[in-house]
Amino acid sequence: MKLSMNYREIEGKSAGFWILLGGLALVIALAGGATLYMEHEGHYVTGMNNQIVWGMPHVFAIFLIVAASGALNVASIGTVFGKPIYKPLGRLSGLLAIALLLGGLIVLVLDLGHPDRLIVAMTYYNFKSIFAWNIILYNGFLAVTVVYLWMMMERRMNRYYRPAGFVAFLWRLILTTGTGSIFGFLVARQAYDAAIMAPMFVIMSFSYGLAVFILVLMASYNWTRRPLGDAVLFRLKNLLGVYIAAVLYFVLVFNLTNLYATEHHGIERFILLDGGIYTALFWIVQIGLGSLLPLAMIYHPTLGKSRPAIATAAALVIIGAFAQLYVILIGGQAYPLEIFPGYEVSSAFFDGQVNSYSPSIWEITLGVGGIALALMIVTVAVRVLRFLPESLEDAAVDPHAKSA
Amino acid sequence: MSESSKLADAARRNFLAKAGVAAGAAAVAPGVFLSTSPAQARPADEPVSSAKRWGILVDTTKCASDCSACVSACENENGWGSSEPNSSAEQKAHWIRSVTIKNKATGFAKTLPMMCQHCETPPCVDVCPTGASFRRADGIVLVDKHICIGCRYCMMACPYKARSFVHEDLHDQKPWAPRGKGTVESCTLCDHRVDKGEIPACVEACSADNHNALIFGDLYDENSEISKALKAKDSVELRADLGLNTGVRYRGI
Ligand code: SF4
Ligand code: SF4
Repeated sequence: MKLSMNYREIEGKSAGFWILLGGLALVIALAGGATLYMEHEGHYVTGMNNQIVWGMPHVFAIFLIVAASGALNVASIGTVFGKPIYKPLGRLSGLLAIALLLGGLIVLVLDLGHPDRLIVAMTYYNFKSIFAWNIILYNGFLAVTVVYLWMMMERRMNRYYRPAGFVAFLWRLILTTGTGSIFGFLVARQAYDAAIMAPMFVIMSFSYGLAVFILVLMASYNWTRRPLGDAVLFRLKNLLGVYIAAVLYFVLVFNLTNLYATEHHGIERFILLDGGIYTALFWIVQIGLGSLLPLAMIYHPTLGKSRPAIATAAALVIIGAFAQLYVILIGGQAYPLEIFPGYEVSSAFFDGQVNSYSPSIWEITLGVGGIALALMIVTVAVRVLRFLPESLEDAAVDPHAKSA
Repeated sequence: MSESSKLADAARRNFLAKAGVAAGAAAVAPGVFLSTSPAQARPADEPVSSAKRWGILVDTTKCASDCSACVSACENENGWGSSEPNSSAEQKAHWIRSVTIKNKATGFAKTLPMMCQHCETPPCVDVCPTGASFRRADGIVLVDKHICIGCRYCMMACPYKARSFVHEDLHDQKPWAPRGKGTVESCTLCDHRVDKGEIPACVEACSADNHNALIFGDLYDENSEISKALKAKDSVELRADLGLNTGVRYRGI
């Protein structure tokens, strides 16, 4: 790469920097405490039960894992699709991907019934299980991204940077497909039994990951007073608009195909019409606040050029993402399993009833801790290594420069 | 060897000694055990054989609506039901439950027991990342509590809600049915009894109450009571559309 881009560590001496680090460390410590409490007492202190077995920690973990894969997309566009304006963003993109994935994985592991058996999870593999494949995919993703970053950052290795980028790009697509397939394989559950789940997760990852990327980029340039030009930022926010629209399209197709299949009418009615909290989350938060509003803001002639508005739009996308995952994950489990079609079912084990779930403070704290960990990794990394270009001014990212 | 498996082993040996006496008794009074089709005892050092496949036929026409003998028997036998004081109703374990189903069109209602269906191609085993969920050669699906990491993916995958997660520390466990906080469990088809040549506790209790709604036996043995009963009259597997070829089958729905 011939661009004369200067990367430098951030100074990290200001009070703000230490407050940020201290705040993140505090949240992580709280999450650690919550985890110890949950594991010591057992999961009865959480909101999960034998009807809703995956709760709030899974919402956070899946968000982080999916966003991780999407965050790397920015680097891929620079490397694989050869768009020079994205190249200076590649390092941050790779770093964010690693940080988000680690944050997500730690939440996933700490919510296990037996986190102490992590070594078992790493040594006993059932190769038929998509879950086991995901463990391999996640570890591989970390390795591939580290190598990719190294090729990017080490001048002598720059010539291998494109092939490394290709590998990372493919790995990422497979990884998100794998994450989506965790649900796609649950044939017994009316909410998940759909092949479209996997590609939908890929598109969701683009949108979630880019929203996080934009926020982190804006914050780090703002707080370090480094220049961030409109060329880069507007390019990114326009791309975010495309991704939001693409996710909307997939959500539409997903629900329409479900409406087409009679056996899915029950769950569709539940999510779209009379599912209470899930219906509200779907229409108001996921579709309204998380998709249509940011879309309108991004393409609005004046708002679309305002930085606070762009940051708000990205934040809204993240809020919508949480709503979407909550509806898919918790809503899908809340809807009763259809074991006896044509019968009204009841039992002491809550058969035939809509199951209830209210997340406990412990689960939420654990989830937020995962986000804090990811941000902590980013904050420390940009302090000690050269991840951020000194300037992303329009002139510095001149798109006319020839790419390597 | 862990404490609990030592105990289980001792119990097994102890039983085998008595089994000899019991076999004599059976010879003295032929027919006494016929209605429950006693299984062949498997010597402790012999591997589980794939020549057998254990199953249960539930005749819902005989299942009494106010009866929960099978559920209580399972609780007593395997030590669940009253052992989780901190867990909410939704969090408590259920290995077997009594389900009431009412035909939406006609209003006709009936009761039946639901438990692990011991699928031939069990989704819980397919998805389990560690292999803690496994299917024995004779068709019994179990969880190895030492390998289970408590990820609950099997609970997501089971079409019958057959599995439970243990939400708290447990005390006073039965040595033959080890349970543990943070692991998943379900009906074991009373493997500890079956291996001794006995029948599951639920089946025994149902017969003892003279309902005889449950028949246990070897699905591969043409002459077993269960095979004959399945051949004689109609029965179904639940969620047959999933093609899991369950070991538990239902008559009358
Ligand atoms: S009924 Fe559920 S727990 Fe039992 S074997 Fe089938 S899938 Fe597994
Ligand atoms: S909870 Fe245990 S048995 Fe179930 S899938 Fe996870 S590791 Fe396997």
